[in-house]
Amino acid sequence: MVEHIQAPVLDIRGLRTEFLIDGQWHAAVRGLSLTVERNETLAIVGESGSGKSMTALSILGLLPKGSGRIGSGEILYGGQNLTRLNERRLRRIRGSEIAMIFQEPMTSLNPTMRVGEQIAETIQSHRRIGKREARELVQALLRKVGIPSPEKRMDDYPHQFSGGMRQRVMIAMAIACEPKILLADEPTTALDVTIQAQVLAVLNQLKAEQGMAMIFITHNLGVVALIADRVAVMYAGEIVETASVSELFNHPAHPYTEALLAAMPRVDVKSAAIRPIPGQVPSIQAMPRGCAFAARCPLKIERCEQDAPRLAPLKDAGLHRVSCFVRNPEAA
Amino acid sequence: MSSFEPLDGVHIGHLRKHYFVGGGWFGKGRQEIRAIADVSLIIRKGESVGLVGESGCGKSTVARAVLRLVEPDAGSIVHDGIDVRALSGAALRQYRKRAQLIFQDPYASLNPRRTVRQTLEEPLRVHRQGSAKDLARRVESAITEVGLPVEALSRYAYEFSGGQRQRIGIARALILEPDFIVADEPVSALDVSVQAQILELLHALKTSRSLSFLFVSHDLAVVRHFCMATNVMYLGRIVESGPTDVVLDAPQHPYTRLLRDSSPVPDPAQRIDLSISAQELPSAAAPPPGCAFHPRCPRAQARCRAELPVLKHVHGQPEHRVACHFPL
Repeated sequence: MVEHIQAPVLDIRGLRTEFLIDGQWHAAVRGLSLTVERNETLAIVGESGSGKSMTALSILGLLPKGSGRIGSGEILYGGQNLTRLNERRLRRIRGSEIAMIFQEPMTSLNPTMRVGEQIAETIQSHRRIGKREARELVQALLRKVGIPSPEKRMDDYPHQFSGGMRQRVMIAMAIACEPKILLADEPTTALDVTIQAQVLAVLNQLKAEQGMAMIFITHNLGVVALIADRVAVMYAGEIVETASVSELFNHPAHPYTEALLAAMPRVDVKSAAIRPIPGQVPSIQAMPRGCAFAARCPLKIERCEQDAPRLAPLKDAGLHRVSCFVRNPEAA
Repeated sequence: MSSFEPLDGVHIGHLRKHYFVGGGWFGKGRQEIRAIADVSLIIRKGESVGLVGESGCGKSTVARAVLRLVEPDAGSIVHDGIDVRALSGAALRQYRKRAQLIFQDPYASLNPRRTVRQTLEEPLRVHRQGSAKDLARRVESAITEVGLPVEALSRYAYEFSGGQRQRIGIARALILEPDFIVADEPVSALDVSVQAQILELLHALKTSRSLSFLFVSHDLAVVRHFCMATNVMYLGRIVESGPTDVVLDAPQHPYTRLLRDSSPVPDPAQRIDLSISAQELPSAAAPPPGCAFHPRCPRAQARCRAELPVLKHVHGQPEHRVACHFPL
């Protein structure tokens, strides 16, 4: 397990990300705090609307201008608060020190440009290097992410690659400047399981080789179990539980984490019953006063609808933190 | 097929569908895509049968060919003794009421300019199913059956969440009271909690209406949950079939093993060794000779490169069949 000896690469404190809906600001991320360390994969798991992608966009300063903003909180990276940086300084960090890969690589690649040129462009926008040197670097990168015969493939266009290969190209582009932090937002969701396993392997190996911190956003608990060192479970804009990967799967404590696990069909056990989670995620325009999960929670007590629980360490399990009055008396 | 076999259910024999793509004048550069090379399946009455495989293996083409939404080149489709491929005109239209499709993306398959009521009424109108009053009654009962309120009928598809839209898609498939449903990745686009709701709904409908299902999916966990029998497809052919538990717990084909091992399990103690090697499904335009899986197979030998393996019974397992020269 990763111990808290070194300072975290990224330290988010009380992040509140808001969106303008019908003339009013509503929070999609509500007071989120998390840290990631060198050579660590933090998985953020949650369903659509949990705020996990908005967290990633907040880190990169990519919120839609005019309709999205960081209401409060700090995103500390390398001694600076990213929420306070101007666009020019942010652009210098984005893509070089903090890089990102998305679910659908086709929409992030330029269809009219050879993939090698696109990767070279990324490098050249952050570093001054010659054409030949860039070409060699691109080849090495494509080889690193497991693309066969990179010297030929680098001159192909994106449409000539399969989904899995395109995602490898995206990864090559993301790691081109040896980022300290890689944000991966559902990078394998559109892929077949066989290809998913290959892409996860590439990411895992790069993380270890380059000592990157990786934030891996997914809705799939199976993928979390495969790749994460630590897990944060998000619900309605908040982290409701966080723990090391083994602790989370062996001793899930928040009723929402339990409900997610119980709703998931498993390939490894005989058709056990799955339990759907009743109801829906509350809309960000109608966030309840107390615990956001209370309306769907089988363990709900009166207090859950009155007060909002706090993400607090479980007794005797320092790194395992749970925001639930019933399961964690410290959450009060 | 032997004449002693009961003809209840859906029997699909040696289905074939090739497509031609590209090609200019004189057929130069024309490529033949063998989407379905040879597929046989049996879906017994009230049973749900899974069809799994990677994108591009031909499973969605099978889903459509079985319903004759694309016309197969060859093969037989027999439903409760009816030779579906021989039907045409009024008889085919009549038959279509019995066999319906549920799509992956309910949004793309619902007309955005129609209310839910119009969407659900349309099949009834096409098939002239009674008076306006009867139609209203059937539409209302269908929407309630899939767990949506009657008020939903006056709204448009975009007003619903993904899970609710899939419920509407299911209601549309059920409105003509079919007994056979082909579901093509019906829960793939949904979040896990919503996915569980839809799977539960499909299961309830299957029991209450004794529906038979051909369930096409790339997700082995979902198939394990929903299907009693499973067929594994690779480049246009079934390479393994049998009871789902047996196929997944004791796979005989190396490809089934690969799929099973690549499927994530929510248990970090069962982490698999991830391999970064790039091995992908070959093109169906140029399938490898012999066993199409041999370029990816760790057990491949000379025979695999030359000779196509046929589906054979696994020793001692009458329901379990595998197409492999050197099964696991």
